[in-house]
Amino acid sequence: MGDLLSLFVNSVFIGNILLAYFLGICSFIAVSKTIETATGLGFAVIFVLTVTSPVNWLIYHGLLAPGALAWAGFPEMDLSFLKFITFIAVIAAIVQAVEMVIDRYSPLLYASLGVFLPLIAVNCAILGTSLFMVERNHTFIESVVFGAGSGTGWMLAIVSMAAIRKKVRYADVPAGLDGFGFIMIIAGLMAMTFMMFSGITL
Amino acid sequence: MHTDLSHYKEILIKGVWRENPVAYQVLGICSALAVTVKMSTALVMSIALTLVAAFSGLIISSLRHWIPSNIRIIVELTVIASLVIVTDQILKAFLYDISKQLSIFVGLIITNCIILGRAEAFAMANNPADSFVDGIANGLGYSMILVAVAFLRELLGSGQFFGFSVIPQFLYDMGFQDMGIMVLAPGAFFIIGLLVWLKNSLPGVSHEKK
Repeated sequence: MGDLLSLFVNSVFIGNILLAYFLGICSFIAVSKTIETATGLGFAVIFVLTVTSPVNWLIYHGLLAPGALAWAGFPEMDLSFLKFITFIAVIAAIVQAVEMVIDRYSPLLYASLGVFLPLIAVNCAILGTSLFMVERNHTFIESVVFGAGSGTGWMLAIVSMAAIRKKVRYADVPAGLDGFGFIMIIAGLMAMTFMMFSGITL
Repeated sequence: MHTDLSHYKEILIKGVWRENPVAYQVLGICSALAVTVKMSTALVMSIALTLVAAFSGLIISSLRHWIPSNIRIIVELTVIASLVIVTDQILKAFLYDISKQLSIFVGLIITNCIILGRAEAFAMANNPADSFVDGIANGLGYSMILVAVAFLRELLGSGQFFGFSVIPQFLYDMGFQDMGIMVLAPGAFFIIGLLVWLKNSLPGVSHEKK
């Protein structure tokens, strides 16, 4: 239990998927204009990550990993090179399914979240989490915790960014720096504050 | 023939400088920054991305009349993912150490916005040769930023260039220190921000809006 808690805290703060590994920056910049939309996208990312990470774990260890097909009579088969294309297909399919389910059962949630879901399918943070999960040899339970933790960390970063951008809206920034460059500087300062968590061990 | 060449030159200049993917289109820096601690990884990553961009443009453009428009994204992703698998296997076979250092970031070329964006915006509407050149141009534009960031981070962060120490010893004796922050994540954000500032201040570049 302590290990899982430590993995969660680690993936939220120290190994923050956005500020330490630079994943999901495209939508981080595009959707951090208001706090409401940032929160909406953040929840969508948490949800999709918590689902895709364990599903990809099952597919990888059940079908693709070296020796995983022993039950079918192919003990020497190694399909792990197929993981990129499989993971991206699984992610796209799950995002589509989630979109349809939300549309059917919760029109209210769909109205606020629906526009972000197609964006998520090509968000690097989602594919990155699945690939990290394979590379770091997580177990099934760890893959769930890691997915949820990465999503939470991403949401924390994008909501803080939206809040900061609201505060600096009328700041007098030099002309060439205004816009994208300024956001990058803010992100750098945020990454520095997140690094302070790296001393924490649970 | 001459008009053909100047036509390709036009596409190249557009991709490399005027509409440089990182600074102007604000695309594709996701996977760029984590591999910029050292020049060697950044250079290999740049070559991999440029090749994937060029060949995905070529293939998708050759197929464009047969791809039904409602499933085009999935077809594009399949083409790109297959090319990335080939790239990853080649790297593992010939440059194993660097492929270990690039870790998951080669795989993330699939979700790189530049490649899918160019496939959508350019390859679906232009002929294969143009799309190939456009892919190279956008890849080179991306490589330029990536290598510039890696150069600054490696030089300022560890005083090296391609792994060789280039800061003379007497500077260290005088009290010069490597900037540790450049090796860490915030350094990449600061450098990108400052590079965008520099680029926006140069003449002849279209400014992006807030």
